[in-house]
Amino acid sequence: MEWTNTIVQGILTGGLYAMFAAGLSLIFGVMRLVNIAHGDFIVLAAYLALVVTETLGLDPLLSLIIVVPLMAAIGYALQRGLLNRTLGDDLLPPLLVTFGLSVIIQNGLLEIFTADSRRLQAGAIEVASWQLAPGLAIGVLPLLQFVIAVVVIGALQALFYRTAFGRAFRATSDDPSVARLMGLDNAHVFGLAMALSLAVVAIAGVLLAVRTNFDPAIGPARLIFGFEAVIIGGLGSLWGTLAGGVVLGVAQAIGAKLDPGWQLLAGHLAFLAVLAIKPEGLFPRIRG
Amino acid sequence: MPDAPLLDVRALTAFYGDFQALFGVSVTVARGAVVAVIGANGAGKSTLLKSIAGLMPARRDAIVFDGEPIGDLPAHRVVARGIALVPEGRRLFPSLSVEENLLIGGQLRRPGPWTLARVYQLFPALAERRHLASTALSGGQQQMAAIGRALMSNPRLLLCDEISLGLAPIVIRDIYGRLPSITAEGTSLIVVEQDIAQALAAASHVYCLQEGRVAFAGAAREATREAVAAAYFGT
Amino acid sequence: MSANTVQVRFADRRSAISLAVFAALVVALAAAPAWAGRDDLHLLGEIFAYVALASLWNLLAGYAGLVSVGQQAFVGLGGYMLFALAILAGLSPLLAIPAAGLIGAVAAVPVAALVFRLRGHYFAIGTWVVAEVFRLLASQASALGGGSGTSLPAATVIAIAETRAMREFVIYWIALALAVAIFALILWLLRSRYGLALTAIRDNELAAASNGVDVARVKLVVYVFTACGTAMVGALVFLQKLRISPDAAFSVNDWTAFVIFITVIGGIGRLEGPIVGTIVFFALRQALADRGALYLLMLGAVAIAVMLYAPKGIWGLIVARLDWQIFPLQRRVTLTRDKSEGEAT
Repeated sequence: MEWTNTIVQGILTGGLYAMFAAGLSLIFGVMRLVNIAHGDFIVLAAYLALVVTETLGLDPLLSLIIVVPLMAAIGYALQRGLLNRTLGDDLLPPLLVTFGLSVIIQNGLLEIFTADSRRLQAGAIEVASWQLAPGLAIGVLPLLQFVIAVVVIGALQALFYRTAFGRAFRATSDDPSVARLMGLDNAHVFGLAMALSLAVVAIAGVLLAVRTNFDPAIGPARLIFGFEAVIIGGLGSLWGTLAGGVVLGVAQAIGAKLDPGWQLLAGHLAFLAVLAIKPEGLFPRIRG
Repeated sequence: MPDAPLLDVRALTAFYGDFQALFGVSVTVARGAVVAVIGANGAGKSTLLKSIAGLMPARRDAIVFDGEPIGDLPAHRVVARGIALVPEGRRLFPSLSVEENLLIGGQLRRPGPWTLARVYQLFPALAERRHLASTALSGGQQQMAAIGRALMSNPRLLLCDEISLGLAPIVIRDIYGRLPSITAEGTSLIVVEQDIAQALAAASHVYCLQEGRVAFAGAAREATREAVAAAYFGT
Repeated sequence: MSANTVQVRFADRRSAISLAVFAALVVALAAAPAWAGRDDLHLLGEIFAYVALASLWNLLAGYAGLVSVGQQAFVGLGGYMLFALAILAGLSPLLAIPAAGLIGAVAAVPVAALVFRLRGHYFAIGTWVVAEVFRLLASQASALGGGSGTSLPAATVIAIAETRAMREFVIYWIALALAVAIFALILWLLRSRYGLALTAIRDNELAAASNGVDVARVKLVVYVFTACGTAMVGALVFLQKLRISPDAAFSVNDWTAFVIFITVIGGIGRLEGPIVGTIVFFALRQALADRGALYLLMLGAVAIAVMLYAPKGIWGLIVARLDWQIFPLQRRVTLTRDKSEGEAT
């Protein structure tokens, strides 16, 4: 039963990783940009939620109402004001600019909030759990987070493949020049994509903040988890990303069970194994 | 003014970096007309269309559409004004199905006769394949889809860039056979073509470009073989 | 018809002068133990290390197009190999440095086999993951202190030289020699066939491949070479510090962020860039010494500004104005006709 417990925990954690990954793969899909500061934005969202809950006394999950639109607005402004100028054939500018952003965000947060570890208090729900079977208890919070992750990914999937909005994203991603001939303003579409990405990041950040302690320096690790989930799952497929997150979560859980110091290593090794054996990922989307 | 041209291109220049592609080209399109633009490869035909469509920068008053100067408008605003381009090589969106390609053409929801149903009426072959990936179509069907996509924005002026490219003669005739349905709805046409016979048969007016300049301009019936050859090759 | 002879020359008069000045500078630096104080020697040693690291990263990213944010993997590997060889195998630290370089080169091969499967931005993050793996493995190595690291034993330290002053001179000279050697090797590499292949790849990979350039092999050679040099610098750095720990050895900030900023600010894709960048970086650091997080924040902002407004860096701006090159790298083609001489570059 202990191992079942471990694996279930891993699956639930995987949902969170999939959320980290979803925002990342979204903007890569639309504009071939990888945001090195992605993990730091997750942490930024966590701190924003902290400020909102402390000043307004809101329940953390309710703080999403403010944090999500705020982060979306930041994403739109960031893309149109800064990142749109880095897009092009050369991959150095966007990589270096987002790397610089990562350093700025981390150190800005450090200046404002110090390196102290923080946590969002969600109350009783934090320790509540369901006893499914002797020895198998599922935390309500992790389960809720997993369900939220599935809902978010499902919503993104529906957005991309069933709405005019999503059509615009896919067309601009295919051929930005011809997309303009359809009346689509590339700069605006990219801005919306980043806004959407940071909205997802906001949800991920709040979920993270409730679940674990956070400080300004944990961003890069989240970026790596998201990235690993994307690669394990396969580029171009949102459901694949969920699967990738789950695989990563389970690998880490198993590693941690064997030896607490092996948790991260196990995850990385799973990633490297997929890279070595099936580099296109476990569930790649075949492009038409 | 009812006699004012729909499109008035005045002394248009165009550059690719240091390379000048158009040297003061002037073209007029009357309302309801079909204008053919012919010329050898590299004469500047595509560049002309791209400039009109807003994909290439131009002087503000170099392109006047229905009395309004639009030369400096970006492409996505030119479509909103009522000019649609069927780009060279079709360039359908590979990630989108046939129907999605048409729908995205109608993104701006400009009012007009061209709806999804109307486009399917014009091109029944597309209706049969509406949910297929656009890459699964034959060349001729892709061309129809590209034209349909442009029509979905209900343009007053449709720009067709080499729609006969890579297609079998019977397919070309088929597609050109449907153009009258388009002009019947009031849309004016500029047709850039390598297939001179087809272009002359379809058009009321002809411009021949040679190395970035207008070498011949006149009514289609004035375009004798000798006149065209002289303009085309610059002899 | 007159006969034309075509010559390809690297140098011109201005670069010859600059080169001579540079050589004189190196000699002056070699004599530094005579005129510089202890703190200054340390600072110079740090500068040399960063010049070497930045030059290597510049070669990898600016010339071979392999943008890695995981070079700290090899810095840490080099450092840990030095400690391992010195502590566990009793090797003289001076011999351990080249040995660490060799190990770095060997380790780079399987790493490349994995990360080369990724492209562009994903390649970058992939290299970061590899560095994290190295860091975690080092934390598990209890023989070398595990998570808290270890110090170089006194016996090993004394083996370098008798007096502390002499030890510091020796390490300083090694640092200078390593930086100059790495720099010279990069210059030599770029002037060779490989250099031509690299420039071709950088300009247009597909065209280069269709002209017979074995793109994959050239990239592998550059990656291994860079790993070797980076590992040696890592070994040297931690020899100087006398202490190593996983977080210090594999620090993204110290060994990647700073290096990238130096190269970007100085000028990517130009040999002189890393030198200019290092000078600017250390000048900024001396000026803003105690500001900690604010300093890094500013550095990030400056890097972004440079990337957007002066993408070729400070040296790029200088070149644009003056068409200088200190290190003769640009191939100038001269055509000599019978009596007159025409020059084309």
